[in-house]
Amino acid sequence: MKNQFFVDSGHLSPTALAQKHRLETDPTCRKDPMTYLPGMEQIESDIRSSVMEQMNAYDGTRYTARDVKAALAHDTCSIEDFKALLSPAAEPFLEEMAQRARLETGKHFGNTVYLFTPLYIANYCENYCVYCGFNCYNHIRRMKLTMEQIEHEMQVIADSGMEEILILTGESRRQSDVSYIGEACKLARKYFRMVGLEIYPVNTEEYRYLHECGADYVTVFQETYDPDKYETLHLLGHKRVFPYRFDAQERALMGGMRGVAFSALLGLADFRKDALASALHVYYLQRKYPHAEMSLSCPRLRPIRNNEKIHPSDVHEKQLCQILCAYRIFLPFVGITVSSRESAQFRNGIVKIAATKISAGVSTGIGDHESKYSGKETGGAQGDEQFEIDDSRSLDNMYRDIAGEGLQPVLNDYLYV
Amino acid sequence: MDNDKLIIGGHAFHSRFILGSGKYSLHLIEAAVKYAGAEIITLAVRRANTKEQENILDYIPEGVTLLPNTSGARNAEEAVRIARLARELGCGNFVKIEIMRDSKYLLPDNPETVKATEILAKEGFVVMPYMYPDLNTARDLMHAGAAAVMPLASPIGSNKGLATKEFIQILIDEIDLPIIVDAGIGRPSQACEAMEMGAAAIMANTALATAGDLPGMASAFRHAIEAGRQAYLAGLGRVLSRGASASDPLTGFLRD
Repeated sequence: MKNQFFVDSGHLSPTALAQKHRLETDPTCRKDPMTYLPGMEQIESDIRSSVMEQMNAYDGTRYTARDVKAALAHDTCSIEDFKALLSPAAEPFLEEMAQRARLETGKHFGNTVYLFTPLYIANYCENYCVYCGFNCYNHIRRMKLTMEQIEHEMQVIADSGMEEILILTGESRRQSDVSYIGEACKLARKYFRMVGLEIYPVNTEEYRYLHECGADYVTVFQETYDPDKYETLHLLGHKRVFPYRFDAQERALMGGMRGVAFSALLGLADFRKDALASALHVYYLQRKYPHAEMSLSCPRLRPIRNNEKIHPSDVHEKQLCQILCAYRIFLPFVGITVSSRESAQFRNGIVKIAATKISAGVSTGIGDHESKYSGKETGGAQGDEQFEIDDSRSLDNMYRDIAGEGLQPVLNDYLYV
Repeated sequence: MDNDKLIIGGHAFHSRFILGSGKYSLHLIEAAVKYAGAEIITLAVRRANTKEQENILDYIPEGVTLLPNTSGARNAEEAVRIARLARELGCGNFVKIEIMRDSKYLLPDNPETVKATEILAKEGFVVMPYMYPDLNTARDLMHAGAAAVMPLASPIGSNKGLATKEFIQILIDEIDLPIIVDAGIGRPSQACEAMEMGAAAIMANTALATAGDLPGMASAFRHAIEAGRQAYLAGLGRVLSRGASASDPLTGFLRD
């Protein structure tokens, strides 16, 4: 099986290499992705079946221009309308969709654009997700920051003026356990107003602990909502368990988190179905937990270290824009985050239509904020990046550019209560 | 009109336009004060919780009363904590209670709002609760010590106008506190209509924030609110709900 993802490293032992190839070529040696591993909490929830049922029944080619026009004429966008807006038939209506999306964004968010930055504290990973730079078979510099190093990174970021931080790790419970992440959250509370987490999914009580440590927002990307495709991309590790990942946001809310964020990684599978499922995941969970704050991201595949070939296939900027407009019209109240995977030009345009949050001063590497922010060599060890970013604007430049577009950059709109 | 004042918690205001907090920009504050005549400006405590150079607090002009709100609170306890924090931040004694258990429509939670009102009124706050227009809740709020009652016209940000008109009218008729219409007012004409009904003041934000010409819209709101108030004070003429009235009395044939 040849595909854009499989790359062998000369650093792997013959045994490891053989195991890697077996995982890639022989599905029977992979674990059942629907079976929970020991220690994984199973919650009672019908959200997944509701989402999957809608997604499986969705055939974008069935919708016509007439359905799209009807959807745009409706005051409230139904699920059926949303399906039309995501369909190929809506592509010629992109400008109309953008106009409507802009109106909805204005009603709910005015001209505000929130700014944040990610902080990767470790890149060890036990999963083999074939598209990810952190995957356990990829030969990269691995690193886990000490608490002193984390604090230093936070100081550098806080000095730049940033007030919201998203703490990330690779998915290794062994290397970056929950208490390690909890300690990082406690430090983050000292330097930032708002602390979010993007880590491996954990159980409800662990989310509760992390909330008590200061985190209040949990981001988990399902990557793809197509279980068959999911199985072929996540070949090893706890991430392989599809339903445990799916229920992560619900466990986070049960654990007391204020908000949760969702996304598919666009370009892995049928992006229209993935966009539909992502939004419905939000829609159904919001009905069950109406107090929760929800947001959607829209990452597209990016090249990684040792594999420049990875690209988001058929999800071009036009398709991405269509998805974001459809999200906004269907879910006017949700936050929409556009990351530095996208170009400065795209981000400048999309904040005027649908996006409400963007990152600035971004590094997806480990321990390199000082060198990246100041341009000087610090001599300290650094870990490699998860993926290549496109928009590398600093906070100052981003703030200026956003304000220059006639929008209001906001560094914080949050209180930990 | 000169002596017509809005009294809230013992404080007198000339203006009956209050700037809401939803969408902030410094231009908006400037326009609201200069062109809409706002003397009260709502401030989301969570938004003021910043090290940002452009802190909203620094842009509130002299003589303007700050009305910190508790947005972000999901229950009475959180609202009380945010109100106390506002006082510590030096925002004064006014507080607008906003408690939402719904992130989609941002509709207020009436029972929790009553609880928070009671606690904060006892602590000496001038409490202005945002509520869904329900007469029983309004009475409870009054007994709990509210200084005004702020029913919503329609969902926040929707610009849909007086969707709850009949119920707001009941509050105006029955509650001996200023009734300030909050949320959903999208046009000056809607603000005018609410004032004609006897509302004490109008709170708006999105209608201004998303206008093409901010100062122009702010000024339009000022005039609409003043016109509506004047009409209310002048006493509206008879409005018949059904058909025309016969010019000759139907009972004119009666002899004695």
